Amino acid sequence: MVKPKIQVENLRLSYGPKEVIHGISFEIEPNEILGIIGPAQSGKTSLLRCINRTIEFTAGAKPSGTIRVDSEDVAQMKNVYELRRRVGMVAPLPVGLPLSIYDNVAFAPRAAGMNKRGDLDTLVEKCLTQAALWDEVKDRLDSLGTKLSGGQQQRLTIARALSHSPEILCLDEFSIAIDPVTTMRIEDVLKVLQKEMTIILVTNLVQQARRLAARTMFLWNGEIIELGPTDQLFGDKPKDRRTYEYVNGIFG
Amino acid sequence: MSTPAVTPPTVQFAETDFVRKKYRQELGAKCFFGAMAAAMVIPLFIILGDIFVRAFPSFSWEFFTANPRHAGTAGGIWSAIVGTLYLIAISLLISAPIGIFAAVYLNEYAKENWFTRIVNLAVVNLAGVPSIVHGLFGVGAFVYAMHLGKSILAASLTLAIMTLPVIIASTKEALASVPRQFREACWNVGATRWQTIRRIVLPNSISGILTGVILQVSRAAGETAPVMLTGVATFKLIKENGLFLYNLNEQCMALSMHLYYVKTQASGAPESLGYAIAATLLAVVLLVNASAIILRSWLRGRKKW
Repeated sequence: MVKPKIQVENLRLSYGPKEVIHGISFEIEPNEILGIIGPAQSGKTSLLRCINRTIEFTAGAKPSGTIRVDSEDVAQMKNVYELRRRVGMVAPLPVGLPLSIYDNVAFAPRAAGMNKRGDLDTLVEKCLTQAALWDEVKDRLDSLGTKLSGGQQQRLTIARALSHSPEILCLDEFSIAIDPVTTMRIEDVLKVLQKEMTIILVTNLVQQARRLAARTMFLWNGEIIELGPTDQLFGDKPKDRRTYEYVNGIFG
Repeated sequence: MSTPAVTPPTVQFAETDFVRKKYRQELGAKCFFGAMAAAMVIPLFIILGDIFVRAFPSFSWEFFTANPRHAGTAGGIWSAIVGTLYLIAISLLISAPIGIFAAVYLNEYAKENWFTRIVNLAVVNLAGVPSIVHGLFGVGAFVYAMHLGKSILAASLTLAIMTLPVIIASTKEALASVPRQFREACWNVGATRWQTIRRIVLPNSISGILTGVILQVSRAAGETAPVMLTGVATFKLIKENGLFLYNLNEQCMALSMHLYYVKTQASGAPESLGYAIAATLLAVVLLVNASAIILRSWLRGRKKW
């Protein structure tokens, strides 16, 4: 039995008086790609934000229960910035920081105290290459990240998430704002990255989950309706009727 | 993509009455709003033109570089110019950093709780306090309680207290205009709040912050009541063109006060003198602002999104 990379135990989350995640438990194995599907407001993004503890920036958010990364309780971690570097996060809409392309990728290493130009150059090239963006931008690393196209900015965002060498990569519907060709290129990247890291892929594209995720979780209204092999969830006979209805667009 | 099976309804591009009406409305609206904008500009030029034309007889090299003579009815206004520059510089050196840093705290760090609510309430209310009340406060707090006496320092502190809440409010506004997603992107990669503020938030809001500060220059320069009570004298001369300027524990002259004095107390002053002082006050404010505006447009050119 492999030691799980992430263990979530009885996680609850409320914003003020309103509870949005109602005590969910699951485990993710190392180098697994876990797909998470579910309608809006079902707690997918909140769940990711609990893992890297950026939920703490939301006023009134109260998580309870335990999340362990490598058996270590994230709530007990002294160095929360280290935790956030171990967990890479890619938001649904691309966010190019108002900095040059180079500085966008070098931002996280610099924030962590890495300052040698040579090391940074190597790292920036490596991350942009991994994110399938290097060839398009290598001649204009000094131009603004915000001036790139949406698809390029999303790959820049992924390069930035990779720049702090995360062990876990969370992608929150990364493909909703980009074209299918770019999406396919990023998916290829993810298949390679899987060898190095654990990936949580929030996606509502059935085919995307099928192509990438071995297991998929259906999260609905803050509860896990079903967690199992992707084929089972998207097949004819998932365990729960609601999964079938959601996946086939019958409810909601 | 396949061609849609249904033919779309034919669209009429003909100039119907409805279309003509829309164009008329559009033209009307444009003229109306344009006229309102022009209404702003015309009085400005009339005021400026009137002041400078009437002031013209008094302008001379001596007027700017000499000290007043014969109880302010003749001579120049050198001491008042220097005094006003002192008051602007010292008051903003105090209020701008405090105001900007306080706004950074309120906008970036503070959680929504009773403390921040009280601070925000205080900021809004302080910004609405009339300047004469600030003046009275300055007399009590700085002149007497802190034993500064009527001095440049007391007057500058009073002006600082007066400009502080407005700088806080305008800086908060500028900081809030930086999209939250930038901050979240930084937090996600393990940056601290301070790193986020220094590398992303401040560089992208600095031009807005400076706008707020620039507006306070004219307030600090123009106010008469608070400085009259706390440290500006009708006559406190310094050596003309001299390097020996004011000490901070002395009283000083100021253009606003001098204008008030010349127009109300000094009998026999030429009509043009008051206008000349007013024109100089405007010029001083514009010069200080111009340097800040140049800095701001340079920074704005570097704005990144």
